[in-house]
Amino acid sequence: MAFRDLIRERFFPHIWCPGCGHGTVLNSLLHVVDKMGLDPTSMCMVSGIGCSARISGYVNFHTMHTMHGRALPCATGIKLAKPQLNMIVPMGDGDAMAIGGNHFIHACRRNIDMTAIVLNNRIYGMTGGQYSPLSGRGVLATTAPYRSIDDDFDAVALAQGAGATFVARTTAFHVKELSKILTKAIQHKGFSVVEVMVQCPTYFGRKNKMGGAVQLLEYYRDNTAPLGSKKLEENQNLIPRGIFVERERPEYCEEYQNVIALAEGKE
Amino acid sequence: MEAVEINVLWCKGCGVCVAFCPKKALSLVGEKAQVDPELCIGCGMCELYCPDLAIVVNKPTKKNEKVTEEGLS
Ligand SMILES: Cc1ncc(C[n+]2csc(CCOP(=O)(O)OP(=O)(O)O)c2C)c(N)n1
Ligand code: SF4
Ligand code: SF4
Ligand code: SF4
Ligand SMILES: [Mg+2]
Repeated sequence: MAFRDLIRERFFPHIWCPGCGHGTVLNSLLHVVDKMGLDPTSMCMVSGIGCSARISGYVNFHTMHTMHGRALPCATGIKLAKPQLNMIVPMGDGDAMAIGGNHFIHACRRNIDMTAIVLNNRIYGMTGGQYSPLSGRGVLATTAPYRSIDDDFDAVALAQGAGATFVARTTAFHVKELSKILTKAIQHKGFSVVEVMVQCPTYFGRKNKMGGAVQLLEYYRDNTAPLGSKKLEENQNLIPRGIFVERERPEYCEEYQNVIALAEGKE
Repeated sequence: MEAVEINVLWCKGCGVCVAFCPKKALSLVGEKAQVDPELCIGCGMCELYCPDLAIVVNKPTKKNEKVTEEGLS
């Protein structure tokens, strides 16, 4: 098997703009599933709405393309019915943190075994470049022509605070690190959150005069540093990357099975 | 079989592979990526970077492990 055997080739070339970071996350995920030797029929991907959410159309897994912000509740239902599936839930920053913010924190709290990937391009790509809860102060967007006055969420801290048992951050520049982190996130039993900082050259890059895909990737290279590195210690302005949380807690589907057993008088 | 196969129907000419190939073995010709086999070490980075899944590196070399996102170490 090769990574290209895991796609629905008839839909390629895909719909994303030239240099869109969502494509690199798809690429990495396919390499990971291929390397881990996971059976595509054991894989399920549920997404909401957004450019990022289009990803579920391209993988030859069980897939569901649902409603904006509602990928996690849909995935939760499927996972409870078929706990043996490897569930992947890619979401945009708007999808996961704005309209879907409530679902996000409660999925973290429940610790249901799935991998949530936040494709953070700091903008609403699909609807034309409105700012999102991850844009941050000072960003230019179609809805913030004089720059945003909103502070952003730290998706990692939010996931951690809400109880996710695996939390990591990387970028579309760090492709090897991305593959390593996605592998660990999928292996982890419990709710895994991986924030991937991705580039939207069409809206974020252009609006903020930060250049195209290459310049945005260089920005992620130059403005992030691994957790525990000297580079990070010396410059507090850098965004930390790596695995922030990796711990065990009772998993929701297993706990639910115990309830069923109890109700049936088997325990 | 070519060491680096580029599907020109899928390549959108974004230049990401060109910018981050550690050996500068790739270039854009008429908005499509092209490889110089003389320079390529088969590290496989371009295959991972391409947002359009347009590149396959056949038989990535052992040098693969030494290459990081920041280039050759
Ligand atoms: C219930 C609902 N509200 C709003 C929309 C409009 N809408 C579609 S995508 C989107 C946001 C997209 O941004 P993001 O989730 O960050 O994904 P991206 O396109 O950037 O990958 C919005 C607001 C919708 N489709 N459904
Ligand atoms: S608008 Fe932005 S997020 Fe959407 S496909 Fe284009 S580059 Fe990607
Ligand atoms: S990264 Fe892919 S799409 Fe972009 S120029 Fe290279 S081959 Fe073409
Ligand atoms: S395999 Fe490595 S050296 Fe060869 S073109 Fe791709 S990135 Fe460059
Ligand atoms: Mg977005």
